[in-house]
Amino acid sequence: MDVYLPIANLAVNGLVIVLLGGATGILSGIFGVGGGFLTTPLLIFYGIPPTVAAASAATQVTGASVSGVIAQGKRNGVDYQMGGVTVAGGLLGAILGALIFNLLEALGQIDVFINILYVVLLGVIGGMMGLESIQALYRKPQEKRRAAKRRHHPMVASLPMRWRFYRSGLYISPLAPLLLGMVVGILTMLMGVGGGFIMVPAMLYILGMSANVVVGTSLFNILFVTMMTTMVHALTTQAVDIVLAGLLLIGSVSGAQIGTRIATTVKPEYLRLMLSAIVLAVALVMLWRLGVVPEEVYTVAPL
Amino acid sequence: MMRVLCLAVAAMIAALAQPVQAQGRDAILVGEVSQHEVLVRQGFTGTQLLLYGAIIDPASRRSDGDYDIVVILRGPTEAIQIREKQRFAGIWINAENTSFRSVPSFYALASSAPVRSMVDQRTAAIYEFGLDYLQLSPTGSIDQEQYDRFTLGLVDLRQRMGLFQQNEGGVSITEDVLYQARIDLPSNVVVGRYVAETFAIRDGRVIASASSEVQVRKEGFDRVVAEQSQRNAFAYGLLAVALSVFMGWAAGRLFALV
Repeated sequence: MDVYLPIANLAVNGLVIVLLGGATGILSGIFGVGGGFLTTPLLIFYGIPPTVAAASAATQVTGASVSGVIAQGKRNGVDYQMGGVTVAGGLLGAILGALIFNLLEALGQIDVFINILYVVLLGVIGGMMGLESIQALYRKPQEKRRAAKRRHHPMVASLPMRWRFYRSGLYISPLAPLLLGMVVGILTMLMGVGGGFIMVPAMLYILGMSANVVVGTSLFNILFVTMMTTMVHALTTQAVDIVLAGLLLIGSVSGAQIGTRIATTVKPEYLRLMLSAIVLAVALVMLWRLGVVPEEVYTVAPL
Repeated sequence: MMRVLCLAVAAMIAALAQPVQAQGRDAILVGEVSQHEVLVRQGFTGTQLLLYGAIIDPASRRSDGDYDIVVILRGPTEAIQIREKQRFAGIWINAENTSFRSVPSFYALASSAPVRSMVDQRTAAIYEFGLDYLQLSPTGSIDQEQYDRFTLGLVDLRQRMGLFQQNEGGVSITEDVLYQARIDLPSNVVVGRYVAETFAIRDGRVIASASSEVQVRKEGFDRVVAEQSQRNAFAYGLLAVALSVFMGWAAGRLFALV
């Protein structure tokens, strides 16, 4: 099934793109992450220009997170107040990210920088998650962790001007989630990822949010930040390929539904271990590709 | 040597037969392209153009057989920056770069014989006969060694993308009169005005040339998308967002029924 992509300017096999969207959709359904960290590199590998890949992947993540947000909202799993703060931070981050993007592009190092960012972030987070889930699996049933002490990081406590976030069960300064949202916004702009794989651990371990609103609030943030990213891309890089995004969406929205069902049947520790293995694998492949002779030593950019 | 001899003999025969007409008359080249318009739309996976025509020598009814033909199809030129990766502290990063002001977005050459055997280097450079002779107009100062390296890199990259082609032997000449060549346009061509040029070469000189145009443009849905993404960027972005939100919601509703 040949489909011509009007913005990417090339013909692709539509079925491959739908399946790719489906695979990332299943991941997002199972783990509550957007799956952008897989889509963007795979699209680039398939021959789609990097900017088009990042822009259209952001559009796809929006679609994949919609049903998640609706489902979580129904069971009161979204802290809208907290989400509002992180989204505001995300907006600032997206603008900052666009500035950094232009700066790095002017220096000619954007692709190298993005690759290094991928390796470092995915490596660190995959490693941490993997360790944690292995520990959880080997812990004997009787030593079951006592009601996990939910404490936010001391640095968070030192910030001025505290607000009450009822659903998260927190009384902290809104500057902390604002900064977190900003960091994730920058990453979304640079890497075309939703940032769920950073948001979820940060909400749990740095902010100390109550676990039952973490996934929902993270998805809420992803939803709005990727919407903004799509808009910023549409206005600045003009690289959003609606045909490519549509194909990815067909796959990913169905995949997300399948993933949600898988998620309820498998033990969460195994799920986390699987996710960390995937994240680490992506990080290792990208690290390896930084070190070997690249298949394209020369790259062309329009002037 | 043989070739010169044959030519001389042929010229003598022609001169004997029609002594007046042969004087000062050039060969005429008539070139044509199978389609003057390529529409890029859904289902477009590239196309093949047939470039054909005839060589007529006014001196005799048909040409005297010692012509070579070069056909070049060239896309719109672009200004580009090309970067080169080098190993630095164990990883490959972009190290050097250079800019070219006029790089053809598409260049395909087909000829009836190897270019080197037809013309000397100077002529090849003047007419840009071949990927080795492209005039890319580098900006700023650049030394020859660096220029060669970047040019080779660019040509190799575009050749693998199917955007630069060189097919020596790709032109077939029938009965010393008709010639034809096939050139593949891949799906990743840029839109714009393409120029097909045909050159007839004898004795290392270009004795006749003809050119015609091919317009490559987007059509239908894809044209609308490409245009709207630039003209109404805001509305286009909103549409993309709306599409993704709707599809996410619809999938949730559909699967709830299953």
